Amino acid sequence: MQTSTKTIAMLAIAFLSLGAVGLALGDSDDDDHEKREKGGGWVKSRPDVAPVVNATYSEECGSCHMAYQPGLLPGDAWTQIMSPAGLSNHYGDDASLTDEVRTDITAFLLNNSADQAERSRSRAFAVSANQSVQADGTSLPRITETRYFMHEHDEIPARLVTGNPKVGSFSQCNSCHRGAAEGIYNEKQVSIPGHGRWED
Amino acid sequence: MALPIASLAGDATAGATGWTKEYPQTDGSPARSCVTCHNRDLTKPGRHAVTNKTIEPLAPSVNPQRLTDQAKVEKWLLRNCRWTLGRECTPEEKSDFISYIETQ
Repeated sequence: MQTSTKTIAMLAIAFLSLGAVGLALGDSDDDDHEKREKGGGWVKSRPDVAPVVNATYSEECGSCHMAYQPGLLPGDAWTQIMSPAGLSNHYGDDASLTDEVRTDITAFLLNNSADQAERSRSRAFAVSANQSVQADGTSLPRITETRYFMHEHDEIPARLVTGNPKVGSFSQCNSCHRGAAEGIYNEKQVSIPGHGRWED
Repeated sequence: MALPIASLAGDATAGATGWTKEYPQTDGSPARSCVTCHNRDLTKPGRHAVTNKTIEPLAPSVNPQRLTDQAKVEKWLLRNCRWTLGRECTPEEKSDFISYIETQ
């Protein structure tokens, strides 16, 4: 009798565990034009783009804006951005660095750029950004002008981003992608200020 | 503090005047001054004009880390003078700014 109770209890635990696995595997991005990634989504979202792991980069670049993950642009784009001329007119700001710091950060970006990345979302950014001359006179590549970025954001009304004082521009990833600093960009983690969840 | 630019006797009053001086921009953007990003009151946080990111107060009285890292001071004076004034600051202007910030 005792044995059968134990057996039932163990079976129950086994079934419950299986149920939990089923739930955990159910966490995928439901964007209708996105392939499901293998191995994605246990209880905690897995980063879509490898998180930043360089203290100099976080300190130097993160002092004015979010330290965008290197996997959000291909190497040739980072090379342009990190050139002395590119830094002195950095999207309308002056972001000049000493050669030593510049070389250090450039090496980190190139070693982890989109064309080096293994994660499929990051691979999508490996296609070079569209080149277009900006009003501020810079023609540097922009994450927001990559084909993949534009495709992923084409349904978002401007009033929720550029027209939303709590966001301001598509450059402010972390305003809506609450896990952006950790490299998490899946739709489940999106919460638009003043609007909430984004449902496709 | 052993800043070479501070070896010049900085004039805090001149620094204070320079702090609010507005420089018209050629690209159609509004005139800029140090106040644009750093606030009129240096004991309060500022805000980056482009990215809106909070800038910690510059006043050493509330932020003792300020003016303690020479490379950082040099870096920001170079960048921010070029961005705001459209040219690099002279050594005198830099030491005036530092002297002014020190009094805050």
